[in-house]
Amino acid sequence: MLSGWFVALVASAYVGLLFAVARYGDARADAGRSIISGNVYALSLAVYCTSWTFYGSVGRATSGGLSFLTIYIGPTLMLLFVGVLIKMLRISKTYRITSIADFIASRYGKSQLLAGLVTVIAVIGIVPYIALQLKAVSASLAVLFGQVDAGVLPWWLDSTLLIAAALALFTVLFGTRHLDATERHEGMVAAIAFESVVKLVAFLAVGLFVTYGMFGGLADVFQRAAAVPELSRLLQLDAMQAGSWASLILLSALAIILLPRQFQIIVVENVDESHLRRAVWLFPLYLLLINIFVLPIALGGLLHFGAQSGYADTFVLTLPMAHGAEALAVLVFIGGLSAATGMVIVETIALSTMVCNDLVMPWLLRSTWINAQKRNDLSGLLIGIRRVAIILILLLGYIYFRVAGEAYALVGIGLISFAAVAQFAPVLFGGMYWKQGTRAGAVAGLVAGFVVWMYTLLLPSFAKSGWIGNGFVEHGLFGVDWLRAQSLFGLRGMDAISHSLWWSLLANFGAYVVVSLNTRPDALEAGQAERFVDVFRRAHRETDSLLWRGQASLGELVRLLERFLGPVRAAQQLGAYAAMRGVDNWQRLAVDADLVQFAEGELAGAIGSASARVMVASVTQEEDLGLEEVLDILDEATQVRAYSKELEAKQQALEVATAELREANERLRELDRMKDDFISTVTHELRTPLTSIRALSEMLHEDPRADLADRKRFLGIIVSEAERLTRLINQILDMAKLESGRAEWTTAEVDLGNVAREAMDSLGQLYRDKDVALSGEIPDSGPVVMADRDRLVQVMINLLSNAVKFVATGTGAVKVTVSTDAGMVRVSVADNGPGLTADECSVIFEKFRQGGNTMTDKPQGTGLGLPISRQIVEYFGGALWVESQPGAGANFIFTVPLPAADE
Amino acid sequence: MSKKILIVDDEPNIVISLEFLMKKEGFQVAVAGDGEEALAKVASFAPDLLLLDVMMPKKSGFEVCEALRTDSANSALKIVMLTAKGRETEVAKGLAIGADAYVTKPFSTKDLVVRVKELLGAV
Repeated sequence: MLSGWFVALVASAYVGLLFAVARYGDARADAGRSIISGNVYALSLAVYCTSWTFYGSVGRATSGGLSFLTIYIGPTLMLLFVGVLIKMLRISKTYRITSIADFIASRYGKSQLLAGLVTVIAVIGIVPYIALQLKAVSASLAVLFGQVDAGVLPWWLDSTLLIAAALALFTVLFGTRHLDATERHEGMVAAIAFESVVKLVAFLAVGLFVTYGMFGGLADVFQRAAAVPELSRLLQLDAMQAGSWASLILLSALAIILLPRQFQIIVVENVDESHLRRAVWLFPLYLLLINIFVLPIALGGLLHFGAQSGYADTFVLTLPMAHGAEALAVLVFIGGLSAATGMVIVETIALSTMVCNDLVMPWLLRSTWINAQKRNDLSGLLIGIRRVAIILILLLGYIYFRVAGEAYALVGIGLISFAAVAQFAPVLFGGMYWKQGTRAGAVAGLVAGFVVWMYTLLLPSFAKSGWIGNGFVEHGLFGVDWLRAQSLFGLRGMDAISHSLWWSLLANFGAYVVVSLNTRPDALEAGQAERFVDVFRRAHRETDSLLWRGQASLGELVRLLERFLGPVRAAQQLGAYAAMRGVDNWQRLAVDADLVQFAEGELAGAIGSASARVMVASVTQEEDLGLEEVLDILDEATQVRAYSKELEAKQQALEVATAELREANERLRELDRMKDDFISTVTHELRTPLTSIRALSEMLHEDPRADLADRKRFLGIIVSEAERLTRLINQILDMAKLESGRAEWTTAEVDLGNVAREAMDSLGQLYRDKDVALSGEIPDSGPVVMADRDRLVQVMINLLSNAVKFVATGTGAVKVTVSTDAGMVRVSVADNGPGLTADECSVIFEKFRQGGNTMTDKPQGTGLGLPISRQIVEYFGGALWVESQPGAGANFIFTVPLPAADE
Repeated sequence: MSKKILIVDDEPNIVISLEFLMKKEGFQVAVAGDGEEALAKVASFAPDLLLLDVMMPKKSGFEVCEALRTDSANSALKIVMLTAKGRETEVAKGLAIGADAYVTKPFSTKDLVVRVKELLGAV
């Protein structure tokens, strides 16, 4: 039989080997030749496979068939989201994140409250899981020695306690050597990777032994199992289980990242982003390999020991033992030990970092004790706190193991822990992608999710162990049926884990979103949100300094660094920073925003970003940047975009204005041209009569002996052309005055009937000479308007003289009508002349244009009469137009408004 | 053999004065009152010189000049434009169209006679 001493020796030797590997890893790191490669990194991820994998999978396979695979499908799928993981890596590197609590707290404004909350949830959630590992080791020892072991060690030196103590020692030695600003422990990572190899080898060994040693190969095992009814169902996929499969896959997908040890290994310990890409396929491969023989071993065990055998978890040990393969059994034991210790070491380091930085430090900093201490080097204190935390956590784990270990199968406890860390998912992933998530929202989400988790999973587990009454499980809280712990609000039919997962994530996510939308972030939160969500887009250095306003002294900052990092390390880091800035002596560094940023970063590595923020703020006088200012600074790009939009808008307005100006210019040019035309036409009109006058005058002057008849004729023409010229000049001046508005008007009461009669009288002779009939239909006392009498007479005369010009002699007739109609006086002068075409009706009102198209009948008119008449009539508010058809005479009509009726 | 002059103008009084003037100088004179009549008379009367007003109804003096110049039969015909429009642009246009001289109204009778004699003398 195996002797206790032999096993103890082997175990010690193994642990010693681990120490050696860790030592080597650290030494290489210190020498700058890191041992961490892509393969080492990928293997270190396998710390995910704890004794749960080693023992628990087989146990679960015996009852649930293939459902054990869900725990490994999740991580495989999650690793496909390489983008998300890279973003997490980038953020953590850029902002010196040291733990998952630090990540969440930092995102939501470096909040100490959040940091503490996450730490508490993590510790409460993980302690059972640690207990699980200890239980596994103890169980494996029990198998190796049977019950005969009682004599090896005294009861108060329980082997499990010894193991816990040994683990504490290892963790303390390799997890707390010094306060690395980046919290990396390369030696530990190397040791973990080594352990992953050992695990795999051991499991494969026992798998091969069972499959090919005890049976005739995989096909043989499955065939034999299929023959047994209870076993064959294990080989089938049960569709009814899809729901619980889905929740388990989701749980494990979240756990691969959110478990503190996983976050530590994947994110904090990461050396190079490219290592992640190798891990994406190497880790799933590892999972595949380690799971190949789970089902064969389970089936083999059931076949061998019978379906009612007890503890299926330990088949990996009992099967070799039953066949006398004791060396293999020892190897398997070592493998199980690897699995358990790997988990415990990394988890406790991660948890102790969180406890120290995010729980103890904030409290300490607030207390007066620490200031009273006036110790210059607090780095020793920090390390001490961490070591105590490690020991305490392991102790808690051991206590939980003693008290609760028997009541629950291994796997059950593990899933409860998974569900606890799943509560980090909304705030973490939300924080990475949703700028609107606020601290208040995060707190609300975490609290809500945690409470629901406690109520639906943790407390029922205590109740099952008999620590507390199970009234709330059976009958609901306060007897309210709806609040039954494992079927809240009547949701039945789900297994406990899915039920809890559903409600806790719903409460968590819901509270997070609702509260975030209803709260405003303060300046720091908004800044951090921007930094996290846009991490790929920013060169963080420049804008970070932009966001800091204040004053600090170099001495103060240096003292701060020395206090927490220790003088040696502080000087080291300062020197490196100075070298980077091109300053030979760090004592002469300029105290600017960059330096403060650097100091804060270094401190964050030691005490967490939340506490670092507090400490730095205490030694500098900082200006509070309002939210608007922060957003202003950060939103440079948005501002530039806004400005350029404004510019575009202005440009468009400018174009519109230019178009309008162009139009106005066109109109002015048009008017200018019209003026030119007018002047040109006027000149022409004036020069024409002048031509005759001059030519004839010259000819008479030249030839005094000209014929008398000719002389008379010529002089007659000269006279009439002179008259014509005079008329023209007068009318042009009149027109000019009217158009420029500088005419003089006298407004008085005018009887239009009288005006018409007067005009008719003055032209009477002309009409008689041409033998044209002139008649009128005029009221005796005509309508009275307020106008200029002379002007109206001028209009009438113009119209009458036009009429007589165009009607035929003898048959011509002109009729004048004066009437009132709808508030206007209407005067019409109708003739039976040749009439006008539609075009002519408008043309004749243009300046210098005259009617008539027979050249023999060249009128003596100036072409200005009608335009002038129209101006006059329109001045008084009336209108002048003509109605005519060719061959049917013309009817010239003008209207003048009657004065508004007085009372 | 005396030269033939065609007077084209829509102002009767100007026509009278020009007719008298040219007849006194011993030229044969015909008269047209608008552009169309002018073209017809050129064909029938076959003048040696045209006294051509610009501002006329039906066809302006410019159009008449253009029409006459396109016909190579009229290459020997002298055209004197007479007009009250005296802007430089008009002058240039007239000469470009093919007028031999451009005289603005009111004109000096003496100068006009000299001009006409010049143009007809240099045959």
